[in-house]
Amino acid sequence: MAELSFVITMSVVTLFWALIGGIVPLFIPKGPNRGVIVTMLVLTSVCCYLFWLIAILAQLNPLLGPSLSTDAIWYLKYHWP
Amino acid sequence: MSSLLRGEEMCLAQLFLQSGSAYDCISELGELGLAEFRDLNPSVNTFQRKHVNEIKKCEEMERILGYLLREIKKADISLPERDVNPVAPLPKHIMAIMEQLQRLEVELGEVTRNKEKLQKNLLELIEYTHMLHVTRSFVQRTCEREPLQVQYEEFPFLEKDTVMDYNSMQRLGAKLGFISGLIQRVKIEAFERMLWRVCKGYTILSYSEVEEYLEDPETGEPTKRMVFLISYWGDQIGQKVKKICDCYHCHLYPYPTSNDERNDVVEGLKTRIQDLHTVLHRTEDYLRQVSIKASESVYTWVIQVKKIKAIYYILNLCSFDVTNKCLIAEVWCPVNDIPTLRRALEDGSRKSGATVPSFVNRIPTSDTPPTLFRTNKFTSGFQNIVDAYGVGTYREVNPAPFTIITFPFLFAVMFGDLGHGLIMALFAFWMVLYENNRKLKNTRNEIWNTFFEGRYIILMMGLFSIYTGLIYNDCFSKSLNIFGSGWSVKAMFTAEVWKPEDLTGNKFLTLDPNITGVFKGPYPLGIDPIWNLASNRLTFLNSYKMKMSVILGVIHMSFGVILSTYNHLHFRKKYNLYLVFLPELLFLLCLFGYLVFMIFYKWLVFSAKDSRNAPSILIHFINMFLMQGDTVSPLYPGQAGLQVFLVVIAVLSVPVLLLGKPIYLYWVHNGSHRLGMYRGYERVRRNSEEELYLMRAHDMEEGSSHSDLSTSTEHKKEEFDFADEFLHQAIHTIEYCLGCVSNTASYLRLWALSLAHAQLSEVLWAMVMRVGLRTDTRIGVLFLVPVFGLFAVLTVSILLIMESLSAFLHALRLHWVEFQNKFYGLPVSKDILC
Repeated sequence: MAELSFVITMSVVTLFWALIGGIVPLFIPKGPNRGVIVTMLVLTSVCCYLFWLIAILAQLNPLLGPSLSTDAIWYLKYHWP
Repeated sequence: MSSLLRGEEMCLAQLFLQSGSAYDCISELGELGLAEFRDLNPSVNTFQRKHVNEIKKCEEMERILGYLLREIKKADISLPERDVNPVAPLPKHIMAIMEQLQRLEVELGEVTRNKEKLQKNLLELIEYTHMLHVTRSFVQRTCEREPLQVQYEEFPFLEKDTVMDYNSMQRLGAKLGFISGLIQRVKIEAFERMLWRVCKGYTILSYSEVEEYLEDPETGEPTKRMVFLISYWGDQIGQKVKKICDCYHCHLYPYPTSNDERNDVVEGLKTRIQDLHTVLHRTEDYLRQVSIKASESVYTWVIQVKKIKAIYYILNLCSFDVTNKCLIAEVWCPVNDIPTLRRALEDGSRKSGATVPSFVNRIPTSDTPPTLFRTNKFTSGFQNIVDAYGVGTYREVNPAPFTIITFPFLFAVMFGDLGHGLIMALFAFWMVLYENNRKLKNTRNEIWNTFFEGRYIILMMGLFSIYTGLIYNDCFSKSLNIFGSGWSVKAMFTAEVWKPEDLTGNKFLTLDPNITGVFKGPYPLGIDPIWNLASNRLTFLNSYKMKMSVILGVIHMSFGVILSTYNHLHFRKKYNLYLVFLPELLFLLCLFGYLVFMIFYKWLVFSAKDSRNAPSILIHFINMFLMQGDTVSPLYPGQAGLQVFLVVIAVLSVPVLLLGKPIYLYWVHNGSHRLGMYRGYERVRRNSEEELYLMRAHDMEEGSSHSDLSTSTEHKKEEFDFADEFLHQAIHTIEYCLGCVSNTASYLRLWALSLAHAQLSEVLWAMVMRVGLRTDTRIGVLFLVPVFGLFAVLTVSILLIMESLSAFLHALRLHWVEFQNKFYGLPVSKDILC
């Protein structure tokens, strides 16, 4: 179950940024600014995807868990699923 | 795009301007702003140039305009805010403008002087009136009480009845004189003492203060004055008293001898003051009218005079060809704009009604042209921050189009807060929406202008900060829980690891990811919100952010190295690809690329089950250099062998980088014939053949030779100097290799600043806002308002302004040093096209 949600997340986000970086640039109309806009789109998608990827991979296999105060634990026990 | 990536292709052109239409043509060219003129008279002194008189006239006009603007500002007249851009007027109109300006100056000067004189007069009359008014009360006092009361400062209430009044004195026949006037209040005591010492009782001084502040006629400042009346016997005493009065800068006025005379004088003064008021009003009105008339056209004149001066300055740069009665100018201009240039010259010729048109010719040159980037309002900001470090050489790869995204991104990595990013983006968005508002554009405030010029940069920074704030899960130091946390506390209870009694006993308990159900999977968007509640939050975040910084740094630097291939390919130095680019890339990737690989490997392979023996990547990395693969257990089978292989490749690439290029060039130069190496501008060489042919054909038509007039420098045949090249390459190698290590570490500032920002944000919340939210009583609600105000002020000033300036600076440094020194050459010339 956890695996499935991870796979879904991974594929959705990868597809999203691949769309922005790979497909949308094909539709930018020809003009003096086409080159700049395409560069911007590709760089944005690469940077943002990489940043998200690092964040999720760092948490994939945690080596240590969060250390919570007992008040927080008491609250979370009843209020979080 | 190629324009922004590399810069425009430029060419050197010669303009032949007919002397009659030279002025108009240059005016047209100036409006377009496409050409950079070369100085064809470099040896001529500024004061010996041809049009120096006209320039002197322009400067005189500028001086008068400056004076007019000051006068208009003093009169508080608002200047019209139209966006004016008048064309430079013809030379014959220049004299008319000059005359107008001189006339205005003279008029304004006269009227101002008159006004000052009248004002001075008015003040004197007012003082006289006051004086009369006050001395009347002196005399009235004597009529009421018999003896004239003299008050000395030491004995304020002493009454002496020895002094006789005016009438009795006259009966005595003594020559009684009166001196009356005004003196400053601070000087009255010293004055009195001096009088007493000098005249030894033969004078009587009575004085009293004037209630209101009177303006001093000379300085115009309001001062407190005392009216005094000195009565004395004898002429000599009179002279002494007059000298003393001069000494103390008293304003003396004639004292009326009788009451009737006094009344007459008062009446006369009243009418005179009224008249003066009216005249003064009229003068001020006239002054205002003149200023208003001037203000209507003053801005137009300012711009026109500037343009005239610029045109004459350019004309001074051209050389005069006596035989052809035309001016010759050499300009650098973009190749694509030569038709526009031609059209401008035609327009100019037509406007001046010249018979022979002026024209432009392209000429070959081996000089390096200036660099031009065509930018719009969005890209100009980013181009400016790249240019601030140095303008690139002609046709070198321009980092600016990449900087548009990577700079705000690296800024956002250091700034990463959703709330702060939102505020920044809104502020920038407001500036962008109102960018055409003239008031915003034309303020004189330097700091505001800097922010306004960078409004698109700030907008991008804000938008990226919103994204990184979302990933860091940090919004005003609080986390958002959109998808549900991946950590479950309940599972610790159901697995019987924690019992309810534990909650009362201990203060902090740590979740264990090894237990099933505790860790359900990574949070889909960013950092899990549970970390915001954890006390060991920084342990996890520091490890994450440090690794992130290294990964981003290595990728950024590799991108920089790859960009250098563009330069190598464009400047036709293919050997650079194999001898410089390949060793550089191998060195970087074998060492630091492998580090990045290890980071990802550890993230993917090691989980909580192995947490006890999870390896430290740093130790493995150090061991790799020391070739000690046996001391710690390997990450994966074959690690030792692979690491040795990578280190060997990296070490081997250093001598290739050091020696490869010099040896190859030496072999090329001494193995084959001497090849002349042209620096830089190679494209024109190819075109120059056909150009030379055209020029020669043109020559025969025109009957003159151009080669005398062109000032392009001769082709330099570069002698190959092995020692020089080797030294250059050695410096480059050392710089690159040491730089790789230090620059990778330098990217850790991404971690450091984002940590500082997060901590500051948290402290602000805990110390300010939470204090306000925790007071429970009704007063607490009111208390919350100033607390929120303080929170907002501190957030904006510390976190938004100070932190963002700091992150901006560091992101800029990362670009200028770590990124650009991988490919950006040292700029040769700083010519920027006007």
